[in-house]
Amino acid sequence: MFGKLTLSAIPFDQPIIMGTCIVLILGILAILALITYKKKWGWLWTEWITTVDHKRIGIMYTLLALVMLLRGFSDAIMMRSQQVLASSNGHGFLPPEHYDQIFSAHGTIMIFFMAMPFVVGLMNFVVPLQIGARDVAFPVLNSVSFWLTAAGALLINLSLGIGEFSRTGWLAYPPLSELPFSPGVGVDYYLWSLQISGVGTLLSGVNLLTTLLKLRAPGMRLSMMPVFSWTALASNMLIVAAFPILTATFAMLLLDRYLGTHFFTNDGGGNPMMYINLIWTWGHPEVYILILPPFGVFSEVISTFSRKPLFGYRSMVVATMVITLLAFTTWLHHFFTMGSGADVNGFFGITTMVIAIPTGVKIFNWLFTMYGGRVRFTSPVLWTIGFMVTFTIGGMTGVLMAVPPADFVLHNSLFLVAHFHNVIIGGVVFGCLAGLTYWFPKAFGFRLHEGLGKAAFWCWFVGFYLAFMPLYILGFMGMTRRMNHYDDPSWLPYLLVAEGGAVLIFVGILLQATQLVWSIKKRQTLRAGADPWDGRTLEWSTASPPPPYNFARVPQVACIDAYWEAKQEVTTAPEEPFEAIEMPKNSGLGFFVAFFAVIGGFGMIWHIWWMGILALVAFFALIVWSSWDENDEFELSAREVALFERANPHAA
Amino acid sequence: MSSDSASLDMPSEDPGVQLTSRQHVTGFGFYLYLLSDGILFAALFAAFAVLRTATDGGPDGHMLFSARNAFVETACLLTSSFTCGIAMLACDRRNKFVALIGFLVTAVLGIAFLTLEIHEFSDLMAKGYGPDRSAFLSSFFTLVGTHGLHVTCGILWLGVLLVQFLLRGFTPAILRRFLCLSLFWHVLDVVWIGVFTFVYLVGGYL
Repeated sequence: MFGKLTLSAIPFDQPIIMGTCIVLILGILAILALITYKKKWGWLWTEWITTVDHKRIGIMYTLLALVMLLRGFSDAIMMRSQQVLASSNGHGFLPPEHYDQIFSAHGTIMIFFMAMPFVVGLMNFVVPLQIGARDVAFPVLNSVSFWLTAAGALLINLSLGIGEFSRTGWLAYPPLSELPFSPGVGVDYYLWSLQISGVGTLLSGVNLLTTLLKLRAPGMRLSMMPVFSWTALASNMLIVAAFPILTATFAMLLLDRYLGTHFFTNDGGGNPMMYINLIWTWGHPEVYILILPPFGVFSEVISTFSRKPLFGYRSMVVATMVITLLAFTTWLHHFFTMGSGADVNGFFGITTMVIAIPTGVKIFNWLFTMYGGRVRFTSPVLWTIGFMVTFTIGGMTGVLMAVPPADFVLHNSLFLVAHFHNVIIGGVVFGCLAGLTYWFPKAFGFRLHEGLGKAAFWCWFVGFYLAFMPLYILGFMGMTRRMNHYDDPSWLPYLLVAEGGAVLIFVGILLQATQLVWSIKKRQTLRAGADPWDGRTLEWSTASPPPPYNFARVPQVACIDAYWEAKQEVTTAPEEPFEAIEMPKNSGLGFFVAFFAVIGGFGMIWHIWWMGILALVAFFALIVWSSWDENDEFELSAREVALFERANPHAA
Repeated sequence: MSSDSASLDMPSEDPGVQLTSRQHVTGFGFYLYLLSDGILFAALFAAFAVLRTATDGGPDGHMLFSARNAFVETACLLTSSFTCGIAMLACDRRNKFVALIGFLVTAVLGIAFLTLEIHEFSDLMAKGYGPDRSAFLSSFFTLVGTHGLHVTCGILWLGVLLVQFLLRGFTPAILRRFLCLSLFWHVLDVVWIGVFTFVYLVGGYL
């Protein structure tokens, strides 16, 4: 009846885990009680859970990312503390089997449930507004995508209290992740939650790509599209091209674990290196999926706050597309030590180094955009400048590791750990936080407190350097990644500095939480109009927050920076009357599909087969049920549009 | 949503195959999804190519596969694509009878294909050559089985759609879904040609 699931799956003997679980459960209960007390369930259902509005779905993605940032960060600070306490063969406070789960969860959650939802959330919110569209191409599918991502996040977090998580690192390399070496449910939690959220990401990629290619405002040729939308286009092309490889690879590992096939096993002719090749043909494009949209954020921010058109728009677009293509040519640099021979390693070393060229083009474009501009040093600009310095260092250590002989020395050392945190924190996280601050007033109608934002930036910035520069040195000193304890006391001082850096980043996160609460409380004084930053692109031409239909009149575009140009002209054209607008109806499909995805995933993890079958039947029934209603749109009358538009005059 | 955006309207010259803009957007989006599906199959093909010789002392494709069975399967599937095309042409001319017959024949041929495949699979497993026998057989069953799973989904989809079609006739939503389904069906055909060539012809016959 309940497969492998028994009461002993709950780790009652682990005080750290049980304490966390109790706090989490109490927190969730408190939130549920608050919603009930305030009688907000109906509001939550109609306004958020069943919404198909791309703006709200984008906000929910971002919220999910911020919550998961906290989860991933607590894993991080536990690892840092363990390594400080486990010097000279001390044991620290985390036994190896728990520590291994923590570093696996940290990587998995930070990439799949923090960085991905953050980037996808920003794209979801911004792209339709920036290209003058009223929503994404498939609004209901968008809601399904979000809820599947949330379902994956829920499933992976269930592993905290029920059973265990994988101990195989964030990519679950076989043969370690095969049944003989990982017989528990940890790897299954990993695989099923990522399969579910991966489908969500793929569908979201298809959706945004269709939106970008088919729903641009009249007159907006690709060569006029804002740079953030260009990077979103590139990122979603990579999602559509790379995520199916991840799905296929995980499917093969699942078959190995469930049906006894021999794709990656040690026996039966299996080939573990094939997994590592396949996973990185997804994995390397994945890092560009994550970094390209932040590149777009920096482009928008630096151009807006320098009051100048972006320097080298065309070269920026070309650089983005070159990176998109090269993304699929470098995967082997993640395992030069596989021993493919000098020629193969040389080829992939060179393709890797070549990527530095378009990236360098971008850095210079941003610098030249600032040159001669009237730069306003707001917090998004601070994030951008912090990024340019930090990312350049991270890029150079990357080029260093692209040299195969150097990589043989540095492979799996803390140098590598420092490198990818250098580019992911300094690039993706800084970019997402810049984007959050930049578009926050558009989403909610008020700005975030600027002083707290700047203080948070400095904590993150200095904290990052303290936390990761010592790791480069430790890598040279021979310290490998994922160590539970070690016997070399000379590493301790560096690890202490790194711990201090992590604490400083934590202060930054606390400041951001304060900033959010403070800004919500003081929102009347922080009110922002449609165009608080003197923006250049179409999203600033509509109200803040925008109406559900985004634009009462579909904008006409004739140039880059369409809104900036429109602001320079005094239009005397008579106002045309408003027209009725076809709007998509709310849909519970996404929520229900995700609900059964959690049940099905949980059943598969614990070998409760009837739950898996139930989920399959439910998926079929839900799709048939939702296809039965062909009237998935309703009409918003011209009068309702006019009422909203008169109540919310925009800058334009 | 999209219907009021002028850039979407790309009417064809022939009034018989004119697409409304929503149909155009949906078809395009579905096509992108199919491309991603193609990549999923590419990964499985790659796995098959790598593991083709990893028989672990067991039989290889030359000993196991029947070219005749694969040929009949191919004939079923190619013909079903043809009848699906006929049905789509009938949809354009709003000919309900021919469309219905075309899709029904498509479904029947799809079921025939699946029957042959299941027969082949159970035959192999009965001989002890299941997917757990060797890496080669793991990749064979997964590649061909994933295609079969797609065909199964296509038949279920077609079944539901035909019920709606009988109840409602040519509504815009149903036309849109037929368009997507036919794209799906043709892509499965293309994938099968890859399977037939590399698994059965090169791996089993030549």
